[in-house]
Amino acid sequence: MGRITLDKVQKKFGEVEVIPPLDLTIEDGEFVVFVGPSGCGKSTLLRLIAGLEDVTSGEIRIDGSPATNLPPAKRGLAMVFQSYALYPHMSVRKNIAFPMKMAGMDQAEQERRIAKAAEALNLTDYLDRRPGQLSGGQRQRVAIGRAIVREPAAFLFDEPLSNLDAALRVGMRMEISELHAKLQTTMVYVTHDQVEAMTMADKIVVLRAGHIEQVGSPLELYHSPRNTFVASFIGSPKMNLLTGDIARSHDATTIGIRPEHLDVVESEGTFVGRVGVSEHLGSDTFFHVHIPQMEEPMTVRAGGEVGLRHGDTIHLHPQADKIHRFDDRGLRVA
Amino acid sequence: MATEHSRSSARLMIAPAVFVLLVWMLVPLIMTLYFSFADYRPLRATFETWIGFDNYASFLTSSSFLSSIGTTLWMVGSILLITILGGVLLALLLDRPMFGQGIVRILVIAPFFVMPTVSALVWKNMFFNVDNGLFSYLFKFFGAQPFDFLSQLPLFSIVIIVAWQWLPFATLILLTAVQSLSSEQLEAAEMDGAPALSRFWHIILPHLSRAITVVILIQTIFLLSIFAEIFVTTNGAFGTRTLTYLVYQRVLESQNIGLGSAGGIIAVILANIVAIFLMRIVGKNLDN
Repeated sequence: MGRITLDKVQKKFGEVEVIPPLDLTIEDGEFVVFVGPSGCGKSTLLRLIAGLEDVTSGEIRIDGSPATNLPPAKRGLAMVFQSYALYPHMSVRKNIAFPMKMAGMDQAEQERRIAKAAEALNLTDYLDRRPGQLSGGQRQRVAIGRAIVREPAAFLFDEPLSNLDAALRVGMRMEISELHAKLQTTMVYVTHDQVEAMTMADKIVVLRAGHIEQVGSPLELYHSPRNTFVASFIGSPKMNLLTGDIARSHDATTIGIRPEHLDVVESEGTFVGRVGVSEHLGSDTFFHVHIPQMEEPMTVRAGGEVGLRHGDTIHLHPQADKIHRFDDRGLRVA
Repeated sequence: MATEHSRSSARLMIAPAVFVLLVWMLVPLIMTLYFSFADYRPLRATFETWIGFDNYASFLTSSSFLSSIGTTLWMVGSILLITILGGVLLALLLDRPMFGQGIVRILVIAPFFVMPTVSALVWKNMFFNVDNGLFSYLFKFFGAQPFDFLSQLPLFSIVIIVAWQWLPFATLILLTAVQSLSSEQLEAAEMDGAPALSRFWHIILPHLSRAITVVILIQTIFLLSIFAEIFVTTNGAFGTRTLTYLVYQRVLESQNIGLGSAGGIIAVILANIVAIFLMRIVGKNLDN
C-alpha cells in the first residue's frame, strides 16, 4: 500500500519560500510524475516526501498515518537518486543487500530477494562486480534493485535518467514503466523532461515556482491545459501561442495552436509566411515559419515528404476545433 | 605523444636536479657506509679504515638496540593511533557547518606550523612542568597531587607532544576526504535505514580508508626519525631512546663514529623494509 497525502505542505529555506502551502494526493499504485522547469521545487517536494528535508508546516500522511516527523528510514519509501548513490566499495550484491542488512533481515530471505531482483533487472552476471566496473545503465539498475528489495510502500525517483545517453534513456524508461506494471507499487518520479512525463505517468503534476499549475493524466494536460504555462510546457515541439488581432477574433487574449494542428494548404491559408529552418525527422518535418505580423516564428508539423525549402512561401490553416483559448490572466477559456 | 627529440631534451633539463639530489643523498650515504666499516673514534685519535662487520655486530648485539626498536615501535604506533582516531573525529566535526568555520579550521591546523623543538619546549615548560605547568595547576585545583609527567610517564608524554603536532596534518587530509563524500550516498544510506553509527561504519569509514593509508604512510616515514622532541625533553633517558636517538648517542655522546654509522645503516635498512610494506598496502588500497 502506498497512498501519500500532502496537506498544506510548505517549505521555506530561511526566508525564501520554495514551496508555498500545497495539497496533493497520490493514490496507491499510481505512477505520478512531477514535472517542471529547473528550480521549480519538484526535487524539494520529493525530498519532503522522502523525509530528507523537514517540512516547515503542513502534514504528510502515508497510508493515512502521519509521517511528517518520521525519519526517512521509517517511512517505508525507497529512493533512486540522480547520481545513483551506489556505495562504491561494496559489490553489487552488497549494495542491494544493504537496506535488508540494516533491517536485520534473515540471511536466506536476503539471498532470495537479491536473486529475484537481479533476475528481474538482468544483473545476475554482475552481482560480484563493483559499481565502478558497471555502465551507467547497469548502475541505474543496481540503484533500482536496491530499492526493490525493500518492498517499499512507494518508490521515489529523482531525475534517474538524466545521466544516461539518449538511447539508454528510452530503454530505461520502458523498463521502469514495465516494472511499475509488474509491481503495481506507487511511484513518484521527478523529471524536467516532459517526454518522460508524458510517456510514463498515470498522473502528471506540473509545477512552477513551487505552485501546482495542473494535475491530470498526460492526455488531459495535452488536450486541455489549464493555462498558458502548462500549454507551452507539455507537448513537443512547443505549442504556438499567438496574441493580438488573431486572438481577439477568437474572443481571447492568447490563443494556442499545437504544431500538429496546423495544416499546410496550397493557398488562402489563415497564415502566410516564409519557411525558415526546417527539421527533417523522416517521419515528420518541423518547419519554423516566419509570419510578417508576428515576432516569434510559428512551428508547424508536416509530413515527411513536403517539398518546401528555406525561403519558400507557405500557407497554413489551423484546425478550428483544436485551438486553445486563454484569457488575459493566461487561464483557459472553456 | 612525446617525440624522440622532446624526450631527450626533457632528460637534459631534469638532469641538473637529479644530479643535485643524487649528490645530496649519495655522498652522506656513502660516507656513512665507509665509516660503518671503520674504527673511527676522534677523541681517542683512532682511525682504522677496515675492521669488517665488527661495528654492526656490536651494535646489533648490544642490549640497547632491541629496547630502542621496541621504543620506536611503541612511539610510532601510539602516535599513529591517536592522530588517526582524533583526526577522523575532528574531520567529521569540522565538516559540520558552524559559526566561524574558517577561523576554527586555521586554529586546528596551527600546531603543524610550530617547530618541533619549540613545541616540545612549550609542552615541557608550560604544560608538564611540576611547579609551573598548566597540568599541575589543574591537578592542584582539583585537590590532587601534581603529577610529573616527564619522569613518571616519559614515553607517554613524548607521544602526546608529537601526536599534538601531527594531529592537524591527519585532520587536514581526512577533512578533504570527508568533504569529497557525496551527500547523496549518505542520504541513500539514511533512506536504507542505516542509523548514524552504521552510516559512519559502512559508508564514511570505507570512503576514508584511502586517506587513512596515505596519512599512515607519510606519518610513519616522518615519525621514524623523531629527534628534537626526545632531545629537548628526556634526552633519551627513562626508556625513550628510539633507534634514531641511539645512533645520535653513539656518534656524539660516545664519540664512536664507526659504531653510530653502522647503526645508521641498520636504521636505513629497517626503514626501507617498513616503507616497502606500507607502499604495498597503499598500492593495494589505491588500486580500487
